[in-house]
Amino acid sequence: MATTAVTAEREHYLNTDYGIRSWLLTTDHKRIALLYLALITVFFFIGGFFALLIRLELLTPAGDLVQADTYNKLFSMHGQVMIFFFLIPSIPAVLGNFLVPMMVGAKDLAFPRINLLSWYLLVLAAGMMLYCIITGGVDTGWTFYTPFSTAFSNTHVIEAGLAIFIAGFSSILTGLNFVVTIHRMRAPGLTWSRLPLFIWSIYATSIIQLLGTPVLAITLLLVVFERAFGLGIFDPTRGGDPLLFQHLFWFYSHPAVYIMILPSMGVISEIIPCFSRKRVFGYGAVALSSIAIAVFGFLVWAHHMFVAGISLYSAMIFSMLSYSVAVPSAIKVFNWTATMYKGSLRFSTPMLYAMGFIGLFTMGGLTGLFLAALGIDVHVTDTYFVVAHFHYIMVGGAVMGYLGGLHFWWPKISGRLYPEWLGKFAALTVFLGFNLTFFPQFILGYLGMPRRYWQYPPEFQVLNVLSTAGSTILAVGYVLPMIYFLWSMRYGKVADPNPWGAAGLEWKTPSPPPTFNFDEAPEVTWEAYNYDEIPAPEEVPVG
Amino acid sequence: MADTPLMTEHEEGLQHQFADMQQQLNATSLGMWLFLATEIMFFGGMFLAYLVYRYWYYPEFAAASRSIDIYLGTINTAVLICSSLTVVLSIQAIKLGKRKLCVMMLLVTILFGLAFLGIKGKEWYDKFEEHHVPGTSFNAKDIIEKYPQLHVEPAPMQIFFSLYFAMTGLHALHMVIGVGIMSYLAFYTWRGHYTQQYHNPVEIGGLYWHFVDIVWIYLFPLLYLIDRKPLR
Amino acid sequence: MYDFPLWPARASTTASSVDALFIFLVALAGFMSIAIFVLILVFAFKYRRRAGQRAQQIEGSVPLEITWSAVPLVIFLAIFVWGAVIYFRERTPPRGAEEIYVVAKQWMWKLEHEQGQREINELHVPVGRDVKLIMTSQDVIHSFYVPAFRIKQDVLPGRYTTAWFHATRPGTYHLFCAEYCGTAHSGMIGQVVVMDPAQYAGWLSGGATFGSLAANGESIFQQLGCPTCHRFDVQGRGPNLRGIFDKPVQLEDGRSVIADENYIRESVLSPSAKIVSGFKPIMPTFQGLVNEEQLTALVAYIKSLTPPPTGPAGTPNMAPDKGK
Repeated sequence: MATTAVTAEREHYLNTDYGIRSWLLTTDHKRIALLYLALITVFFFIGGFFALLIRLELLTPAGDLVQADTYNKLFSMHGQVMIFFFLIPSIPAVLGNFLVPMMVGAKDLAFPRINLLSWYLLVLAAGMMLYCIITGGVDTGWTFYTPFSTAFSNTHVIEAGLAIFIAGFSSILTGLNFVVTIHRMRAPGLTWSRLPLFIWSIYATSIIQLLGTPVLAITLLLVVFERAFGLGIFDPTRGGDPLLFQHLFWFYSHPAVYIMILPSMGVISEIIPCFSRKRVFGYGAVALSSIAIAVFGFLVWAHHMFVAGISLYSAMIFSMLSYSVAVPSAIKVFNWTATMYKGSLRFSTPMLYAMGFIGLFTMGGLTGLFLAALGIDVHVTDTYFVVAHFHYIMVGGAVMGYLGGLHFWWPKISGRLYPEWLGKFAALTVFLGFNLTFFPQFILGYLGMPRRYWQYPPEFQVLNVLSTAGSTILAVGYVLPMIYFLWSMRYGKVADPNPWGAAGLEWKTPSPPPTFNFDEAPEVTWEAYNYDEIPAPEEVPVG
Repeated sequence: MADTPLMTEHEEGLQHQFADMQQQLNATSLGMWLFLATEIMFFGGMFLAYLVYRYWYYPEFAAASRSIDIYLGTINTAVLICSSLTVVLSIQAIKLGKRKLCVMMLLVTILFGLAFLGIKGKEWYDKFEEHHVPGTSFNAKDIIEKYPQLHVEPAPMQIFFSLYFAMTGLHALHMVIGVGIMSYLAFYTWRGHYTQQYHNPVEIGGLYWHFVDIVWIYLFPLLYLIDRKPLR
Repeated sequence: MYDFPLWPARASTTASSVDALFIFLVALAGFMSIAIFVLILVFAFKYRRRAGQRAQQIEGSVPLEITWSAVPLVIFLAIFVWGAVIYFRERTPPRGAEEIYVVAKQWMWKLEHEQGQREINELHVPVGRDVKLIMTSQDVIHSFYVPAFRIKQDVLPGRYTTAWFHATRPGTYHLFCAEYCGTAHSGMIGQVVVMDPAQYAGWLSGGATFGSLAANGESIFQQLGCPTCHRFDVQGRGPNLRGIFDKPVQLEDGRSVIADENYIRESVLSPSAKIVSGFKPIMPTFQGLVNEEQLTALVAYIKSLTPPPTGPAGTPNMAPDKGK
């Protein structure tokens, strides 16, 4: 048990006030970030638990662990919980909330009370989702396709729909806060071209959150109204069109995947330069590619509908546009790799996660090329190929970026170091477990195993067993950080203000920072990633 | 807060996270405009549904549109336009330091808002009586019989009414919130919190009210005025 | 021994084209992934932190950015075109294809051959012939998926969607529902049995006969009183339905539409949606008076009133023309 040095404790945001009221009524963006961290971690493990049950059921071809209806609820709620109560908030609400004011040199976000309101909205939504889960769950899939969700499902569609509706407003207000903060509260001298790339990513993400989420909100509201009041907007027996639902749903839900990946990309753009000790290669290209992804992301939604019954010609247009959105992502991967060229590399845990991200995101992104090809998509859509594709991006990409970011900024957030060797071990475990879980699913998909199948033909079993084996390893990799992060808050080595020798205004504050971040309002006269000026630490701290 | 922030002067209304009042005004202004952009996207989904179904089922939409009360709708439009005027007058008043006039204008705005909601309530009540509310008791036979020249079928009319209730309902909810905001502003102006020097929230609240008004300006012709040509 | 396939059976003309593009993409993706992995590992080793070595601050390189934006874009557009061509063929059923009507419902597939044979969850087809599926759902959205043919098409309530294939190998292949549809979604599976033509002809002639689809449609047409207005001898109150299928129809509002399966279906269920130019909107709706199977039969009958176009491949297998 490591003992911490006994010094007169400096006042900072964690010890400035104790008691539950000081946390639940805080307007300090850093405390709010931790409130989010707690909330989404709980839901990550709930969603993960559902995933484990799914994988256990799929060990055998027959449906023998749970009933079919239960299985349908499991995959539906796994998706809803993971997307709306973990992934979408994750980096923006935890790392974004914590870092955005600091990175721009401000004392807090533009609207601290709205920030707290965002958290409470998510709590309310989460409560409603828990209520839905406990009272029997929902089985519409996270996609809520009509008319199944409006007229045929016998589960708690209204509760789930309302829960996600409310969560959407949490997301919208967070995005609003970030955009205003980034536009109006940058420190003197901090021009757009001097901003950290994490800020560019958060900015692009926030634009999507602002403009896309309301469309999901109204769509889910219409589904709720249809179920509750018998409206017929999506009901074909009353002249409604189920495809209208799909268009409205995917208009948000496609940009939503960019909400989930852009912040992660921003994290990688911070980690790689720091552990290569050099500027990001092609700063302008990386910054603008974030904006390009956000803009193009709004133009491709119907690539989820190639076999849904849309016209031949619109399918072609959407396919072509989908290829255009792949280019900015490719640009980022090339630039990150080039950043490592002729650097002075160190392989601390954050860097391991970042390198893993590049590999897995590349694979996931490349499989997007398969899906965007119309002829291929007809065969693999609605199969495990798609499941593998999006898990490569969201888990292999977004979650690894999130974990990498948590490790990178943990000293700043907590003032402690996590145990480095455990961090490395967990990172490797996640990487291996992840690949074993999801690579076989590409093969399963091309073979023709459809998604959302409770039972399947026996020839798919071997690959399913491999996938389940991987998921148990992956689970270990996720549980470990939770344990050692908590451990480190009490017993971890005390951290310096800048243990990694990183660039960025946030590292100029003590660890943990004081409530109002800066003792003096900073003035920025240097370019971003000025690693030529910042000396590398002699020894990277090992917690 | 225990930590004393670096502050230049404790200006009235200046919140601690902003460097100065100008930054605060810029930020809150941008914030409200962004919020209104999200509201456009929110209503936009329903407008899209409306456009699609109107294109497919024009005769039914036209017939159903005739069955909602154009007089009440017109009165409501006038009421809302006047309320936007009183909002502008209230902001003008506080800019000139006329606190009492500002409060009065805000109260008149609230009255107009409540009048709007009352009239809308009457319209909905009428629809309920006529069995035009979508659901199991929906019955549009009276419309079919009234306009035989239009050759309409019942099912798409239910879609019109679904959209009618969803759109006017969402709008009415925004009105209620708007009345709440105006009440808050009226109260705090009366208390002296908003002054000639600092009245930014009144302007921002006014922006919100104007937005709700503009949504109605779109809803009115789309719902009430689809086809009012005299029938042969 | 475990049955452990790594590649699906290839049993249609489409399958070969799809597999070709897929293999190309696997090669491309594999190459790119390996390249990035190798680069990262090489850099990790070569540029690991060593005492006395400093990182070289490199801003970037505009020519490089342009190159690695333009080259991928060109490659991607080439892939797009390749995929689009395959898709275009997949969505253009050839003329003269044998037609099979599919009605999906929770949780089974009901298939009906033109000749009248009905199947549940099983589809017998001849090898070497074009087969076109005309599908609708009775309830929620389903999706007709045959991995061995590489075809998939969502099946919607309220309208017809089509798919086609040309089987190339006799055998039995999986049929899956690929759009989540409720409790027994994963049980809504079956098989496609591809037989060589002689066997298929034998299968067609055996088994209980319900009468051909078009013949059934004709009796429904009579029962519902359609000939009252849709006369074939003189101009009736409704358009003459002989020879109209798949041809343009002039509507009274000036539009021109093709009288395909969806048009016929809509005309029965919502007749006032499209009024033929020169006619009055007096046709009553039959919504609620006909079920999906009856609708299918009606559609087949009305199609049979139009002589088949002289197609390229073989004699099309059409129901006999029973017009008066």
